[in-house]
Amino acid sequence: MAARQETVARVESIDVDAYKYGFSTDIESVKAPKGLNEDIVRFISAKKGEPQWLTDWRLDAYRRWLTMAEPRWARVHYPRIDFQDLYYYSAPKSTPGPKSLDEVDPELLRTYEKLGIPLREQEILAGVETRRVAVDAVFDSVSVATTFKAELAKAGVIFCPISEAVQTHPELVRKYLGSVVPVTDNFYATLNSAVFSDGSFVYVPKGVRCPMELSTYFRINEQNTGQFERTLIIADEGSYVSYLEGCTAPKRDENQLHAAVVELVALDDAEIKYSTVQNWYPGDSEGRGGIYNFVTKRGDCRGRNSHISWTQVETGSAITWKYPSCILRGDGSQGEFYSIAVSNGYQQVDSGTKMLHLGKNTKSRIISKGISAGHSQNTYRGQVSAHRKADGARNFTQCDSLLIGPNCGAHTVPYIESKNPSAQFEHEATTSKISEDQLFYAMQRGLSAEEATALIVNGFVRDVLQQLPMEFAVEAQKLISISLEGSVG
Amino acid sequence: MLEIKDLHVSVGEREILKGLTLSVKAGEVAAIMGPNGTGKSTLSYVIAGREGYEATTGDVRLNGENILDLDPAERAAKGVFLAFQYPVEIPGVATMTFLKAALNAQRRARGEPELQTPEFMKRVKEAAASLGIAQDMLRRPLNAGFSGGEKKRMEILQMALLQPRLAILDETDSGLDIDALRVVADGVNALRSPERAFIVITHYQRLLEYIRPDSVHVMAQGRIMRSGGPELALELEERGYQDYIAQEAA
Repeated sequence: MAARQETVARVESIDVDAYKYGFSTDIESVKAPKGLNEDIVRFISAKKGEPQWLTDWRLDAYRRWLTMAEPRWARVHYPRIDFQDLYYYSAPKSTPGPKSLDEVDPELLRTYEKLGIPLREQEILAGVETRRVAVDAVFDSVSVATTFKAELAKAGVIFCPISEAVQTHPELVRKYLGSVVPVTDNFYATLNSAVFSDGSFVYVPKGVRCPMELSTYFRINEQNTGQFERTLIIADEGSYVSYLEGCTAPKRDENQLHAAVVELVALDDAEIKYSTVQNWYPGDSEGRGGIYNFVTKRGDCRGRNSHISWTQVETGSAITWKYPSCILRGDGSQGEFYSIAVSNGYQQVDSGTKMLHLGKNTKSRIISKGISAGHSQNTYRGQVSAHRKADGARNFTQCDSLLIGPNCGAHTVPYIESKNPSAQFEHEATTSKISEDQLFYAMQRGLSAEEATALIVNGFVRDVLQQLPMEFAVEAQKLISISLEGSVG
Repeated sequence: MLEIKDLHVSVGEREILKGLTLSVKAGEVAAIMGPNGTGKSTLSYVIAGREGYEATTGDVRLNGENILDLDPAERAAKGVFLAFQYPVEIPGVATMTFLKAALNAQRRARGEPELQTPEFMKRVKEAAASLGIAQDMLRRPLNAGFSGGEKKRMEILQMALLQPRLAILDETDSGLDIDALRVVADGVNALRSPERAFIVITHYQRLLEYIRPDSVHVMAQGRIMRSGGPELALELEERGYQDYIAQEAA
């Protein structure tokens, strides 16, 4: 939890026009004016003290972005975004936070309480000002983070902000950045390439099994990653790493548009497990406000017998547009995608995965669980393809949708292409409702309507929750219940 | 314990119960017998509080308190238990998890402390052993893929664990072979006590050879047509329900 606290901005600033709080133009601190042009891109790069090659890389992305159009194929609807009306470089720190928990939205505090977050961490998450200054001194995880870093260094694992890696390990960043998600990949990824703020960098050397789960939690005091996050993880030959992104505490962010890029590279016999819990502000009960989350996440199983596994629990954001994918390039490589996407209120989720089988005897597995409640729309969109050289490629896909209430929708859009006759693809899809029989049965035994729904939903998502690290799974389970509150009865 | 007076219940447009009156005392086992489609299951749903089975007029009192305005969970906490004719499958939810959640929800509602895992496990294991339920069944998702007999035994296990004041068994004997029937009946008999009442709904006299009722009520056309002692069940077994159906036609 508690990831990227610096971006957990003020609680009051959660409306659609959140910008009225965030960025005043008269403060001399680090900030660029509204809008996007080459000067802004140069400004961002200069602020970070980047080398020329990276400035050029950003500029190249920006010029290409100008020629691109926003994708319109997803089943999501939102007003057109004016990209010249956004800020592309800013420090959330420059905004005054609440002075104490008394000033924080009580609804947010109730959620923290339900998640069992201690008071001190609640203050930090809510961005209470006095804490922010003294955060290094008081926050327990800082010392944890220090010992944690020492142990990683002993193993030779590099884990730092990508802006730092640009300075300390430029050869690695230059070699792999954009090698999985090319600069021109898609509108949002290209935008991210031009203006990305910060994110994680991980390199696990040959044969090293990363001694602990890497979590953004341990990075919180080091930076603010902002709305254009960029993460790059490289697992060298025979290495293993498990990475946890996100936070089960609700995040209230003044930036409405988020366009992150995550690139994973697994070389021969390497394995990467990437788990996400996304719980951004979904908008209010009328569908006002909320984060637009347009993310590009892709893993490249570049080496033989490499293995990449994505697990995600998505409960937040007004709009989610996200397809963590695997390129199964190395012979014998494996890709997995386990997903729980919960939507309530007026949330719109269009999420899924792509499994591109290029190498021989590559395997992939997709388990997707969509839960829709309220007036939300939840779409699974998945592509599985076999290249003509992908002899013996195999995929198993299972997409299950659960509907709660009469006003929501679930949609399944699979694209399956095989250019190799020996490929075997299986696809199963189900859509069900929580039946009145089940609800009555559980209530007859003493469970309230909400407890009964939570239990049935947890049963529905169980095989995905099992993929998450233990303590993460427990929190995710609570989070799902909280997200569905008020959807029955 | 249970007093039902002039109960009228409609499901959708159709009136199913048409002035049903029934009284069951603490410690009593009341058998309700009757032909198909006379509203026996409807009666069990109304007592348990199922949505869509609302009383238009009449009264259902449990220990003097009108329970018609309570939701099913509130009634359960007050001691109403229904053993379903068709127990419902809940995929992905381990039986043990479900049982613990249910028991503790009831205890919370009654202001009792929740049971901790060791004590809970002890109780479940004891109850399971006496009903011949294998331990590994408790780890499987509730009722998912259970055989008919296993589902019925699981209902009795839940009853033993939840210790209700009023237990309604809705055709618990249907689909059971003679051995399973005996196990289920033993489970019920073990729970008989002066503080607890049972309503046993069945078509056949057979179950009543194992669970000896104190009273027998014949239900037809949405009403209790006749009440008597155990001998009434034998009479029904011989003559069938034709007398009661004939009355309607007359």
